[in-house]
Formats: sequence, C-alpha cells, structure tokens
Amino acid sequence: MEHLADAPAPVVTCDELVIRYGDLVAVDGLSFRAMSGEVVALLGPNGAGKTSTVETLEGYRKASAGSVAVLGLDPRRDHASLVPRIGVMLQRGGVYPMLGPSQVLHLFANYYDDAEDPDALVDLVGLGGVQRTPWRRLSGGEQQRLSLALALIGKPEVVFLDEPTAGVDPEGRIVVREIIAGCRQRGICVILTTHELAEAERLADRVVIIDHGRKLAEDSPAALAAGTADGSIRFTTDPGIDTGALVLAMGDGIGVDEESPGAYRLRPPPGAAIPTVVATLAGWLAERGLALGDLRTGQSLEEAYLAITGSAGTSDAPPDPGLDGRRSQRAGRRAQR
Amino acid sequence: MRPLLAQLRVEATMIFTNGETLFLTLGIPVLFLLFFSGVHVLPTGTSHPVDFLVPGILALAVMSTAMTALGIGTGFERGYGVLKRLGTTPLGRPRLLGAKILTVIGVELAQAVVLVLVGLTLGWSPGRSGSGGVLVGVAAGVMVLGTIAFGGIGLLLAGALKPLVNLAVVNTLFVILLLLGGMLIPLAKLPGWLADLSKVLPASALADGLHASLGSGTAVSGRDWLVLGVWAIAAPVVAGLTFRWE
Repeated sequence: MEHLADAPAPVVTCDELVIRYGDLVAVDGLSFRAMSGEVVALLGPNGAGKTSTVETLEGYRKASAGSVAVLGLDPRRDHASLVPRIGVMLQRGGVYPMLGPSQVLHLFANYYDDAEDPDALVDLVGLGGVQRTPWRRLSGGEQQRLSLALALIGKPEVVFLDEPTAGVDPEGRIVVREIIAGCRQRGICVILTTHELAEAERLADRVVIIDHGRKLAEDSPAALAAGTADGSIRFTTDPGIDTGALVLAMGDGIGVDEESPGAYRLRPPPGAAIPTVVATLAGWLAERGLALGDLRTGQSLEEAYLAITGSAGTSDAPPDPGLDGRRSQRAGRRAQR
Repeated sequence: MRPLLAQLRVEATMIFTNGETLFLTLGIPVLFLLFFSGVHVLPTGTSHPVDFLVPGILALAVMSTAMTALGIGTGFERGYGVLKRLGTTPLGRPRLLGAKILTVIGVELAQAVVLVLVGLTLGWSPGRSGSGGVLVGVAAGVMVLGTIAFGGIGLLLAGALKPLVNLAVVNTLFVILLLLGGMLIPLAKLPGWLADLSKVLPASALADGLHASLGSGTAVSGRDWLVLGVWAIAAPVVAGLTFRWE
C-alpha cells in the first residue's frame, strides 16, 4: 500500500453527499475532491446545492447521507480542531455592522494563535481608505472584500468562499482574483461557489458543474469547453443573409443557421477540414461584400455549460438570472454588429 | 484568554458607544429617578418617593441590561450572520457567552454606581422605612439571580425570533414588566388578579427583593427567592435548548 501513502492526500473530500431539508433534496449524491494549492469552483444556477455543500464542509450542516472530510477531519465531530485551520466567507453578512474593517480584522486576528497582520490585510484587499467606516456603510463590494480578508486572517490551509465576486465591481473583482491566485501559490486549497461562468473560467483550476444537487461534469475549464465542442463554427455578419445560397456554396452537407440576427452557425459534418470550410465561407462573404465579424471554431465554457445543463434534461428550474442576462447580452452584442 | 479579552473589549465598546443602548440602560433609569422623585405622581405610598424609587429603578436597570440590551443586540448579531460566522472561528461559544456576561455585569455595575449616587443626591436614605440598615450582600444576590433570569429571557427571544420581531417583542415586554413589576408602581395599587399574576414574574420578585434588602433592610421573602430561582434556571435552560445560531 506504499503507493497510497506516497500519493498526496486530498484536502477536501466530498463523497456521495446527500443533503435533505424535509422533502427537498438539495444535494443528491455529490462527490468531488480538492488538493492543496488547487482552486475548485462549484458552478451552477441558484438553488443547485452549492451553498448547502460548502456549508456541510464548514460544519454548519449535517450530511443526510454520504460523508465529507476536510484536512482528514470530520467538520462537525472535529469542529474545534478544524476551525483554526479553515477560512470561511459566507454568502452574506457575518460582520458586526457597527465595526470598521480594521477593528473587525484586529478582533478576528486575536481569535487565532498565528494570524496574518490585520493592517497588511486591510491594504491587501484595498480597504485602506475605509478602514474605520462601519461595515453597514461599506459598499457591497467592500463588504465582500472584508469578508474575504476575514477568511484569510487565520492563515488557513483551506478557504471556502461562497460567491466571492457577487456584487463586486470590476476593480474589486481583480483584487479578488489576485488574492485567490495568491492562495493557490501559497498552497492553500480554495473551494468557491459561483453562478457566473466567466468567474469560474478565470478563477478555477477545476470546475464542478452542479444542477439539482447532482454533478453534471467536472474538469478544467478548457477541457470542459473542448469536451462538449460539436465542431460548429460561429461567425457574425449582416443580419438576414441568404442562408440557402450559403448552404449551396458550402456543399459537403454543411448546415447553416442564423441563431440570432447577424449571428450564424455552420455545422460541418464530422471529419470536415475546418480551415477549408473557413476559407470557403470567407470567399463567399467577400464575393458579396459582406463583413466577417466574430469567427470562432471552438467554444467557451459558457456554451459548454449550456450544453451540459441542457442535455442533462434537468433545467426545469427557474433560469438563473445571471446566466439569462448574459445570454441575451450576447445576443444583443451580436445583433449590434 | 486573549480571544476572550479581545471579544470582551469589542462587546464593551459596542455597548458603551451605542447611543440607543446607553439611553436604555442609563438614560431612562436616571430620567425616571429624577422625574418621579421630583414630581410626586406615582402612588409610592411614602412621603419620600425616592426611597421607593431607587430600589425599583435598580431592578429596572437590571432588566434593561440583561434582557433588553443583551437580547436586542444578540438578536441583531444573529440576523446579520455574525453568530454564524463566529461559529467557524476558534473563539467558541463559551468564550462568546463569557464576554457577553462580563459585559452585562460591567454595565450593571456602572448603572448601580450612577443610580445610587443620583439617589443619594436626591435624598435617598437607605433603610429609612425599616431597620435603618441595608442588606447589600442580599441585594447583590437578588440582582445576580435577576440578571440570570432576564438574560435567559433575552437570549431565549433573540435565538427564536427574527431581529425586528425580537426588537418589538422585547421592548413591549420591557414596558409591560416595567408597569406590572412593582418597579415604579407598588403591586398593592394593581387590581388583585393582576397583582397575583405579577407575583410569579421575575420583574416583581426582583423589585420586591430589592425593596426589602435596600428599602427597609429586611429579609427577602422565600417566595421572591423561589420565583427568581425558578426563572433563573428555566429561562437559560430553555434558551439553550431552543437557540438557533443562524
């Protein structure tokens, strides 16, 4: 069994986890692992079971079935020995409303035997200018960054970040991303939840896609995007081109759809030579004096996500507003071209 | 020890710099004492209303700190997710509770000093209506039991109700017990059935115990000890069993 002893042990183990609230099954047999220095994103729409999963790992909830372990410990039974080694960022709140960032970080620093320097941490998360402003008067993004700093104050080995970029402005997002990258460098294991694909794509080494409490896919963002790629070629040009003529010009049984005004998809048969298809397309457009806007032969994590959650046949949940907004935004951008 | 002291410092800072809490714990008792010892509208049944008012308002002060200030503050901390967040720090519940208890004791000591000084200035003569002496140790014991009983009631409500509902309920309870608890108005002035009801409440047992030990310098009745003792056990036990941290 020596090879097992040599293999690095996972820092977080979630094994066939089931969480029920009465009749509602929030998490339904979820399994995943995370190693030190790894950033794992739990990605899914609201109500997918992400927060329930993370809160079970933090020891707030009891598993109805299955098991979880963090740093080899049981989050509930070994609570006292585990809490000094983990950092937690709740989805909302968690801070005394009357206290400012500096005061609350100094307070939390005193809870730990070995803590980060609170003043340095205030600067790291960019709250130096508001360090005496009471929490309730901070902006949403500032509150999130303070919560993130509180998750790091005790020099944790694992941090759990529930929606770390929700409500954070673009500048704050860069700060959050840099801090998460810093955690990875120092060998901290980061488990985060998000319903935003772009964030998962930017932040995570590995993405676990969850819907209705079940894991739909798990891989690196790039591999997930490649894995569901169907060989389609997407491009934009003027709306309402004669797709019938284009089909004839392309030949080879290549289909053409206008997905939204001005946004088109070519569906070459398997094994088609993509560069040749692109050359034919470009020639056809040039003959008619049409512009060629976006041209993409792969696909984004977003398309992979939609393909995965769509094909799983479980997307009868109310659509996530974030995803929906992004979908129509994309359509809008295409329409503008 | 360091986590406890840090927590204690923050809890004390929050309570002593919060205007509403200061008004509740010091402002109202001092104003009541000044007003009602100067304006003789209460049926205190004595030619020196201040003799009746100081012990009664000390009871009021204990109730305002242990039940109202502690209960409302804890309710909002629960609502803001502070208690939940503290659950995943090494602070731990015993130290959190310890810091809150020490803060309550500190506020009560400050209240007692201020009220006794104001009372003496207004001509309070401890024990004038009885032996001429006072039972300070007995009074302290009564206040400790009252603190535990009211602290338990405050935490019981804070751990069960939404913050704003808790705020409303605790404030309403405060006013009802203030009127029915023999703190400003002697129980003898209440209708019989109301007085009988009041006698099993911790407010009147606390006020009666302080009137006896500080007002007349006489022993506290067995019934008062019993009522206070039962509340001091029952309220914290029920609070501990029903408290929801998030």
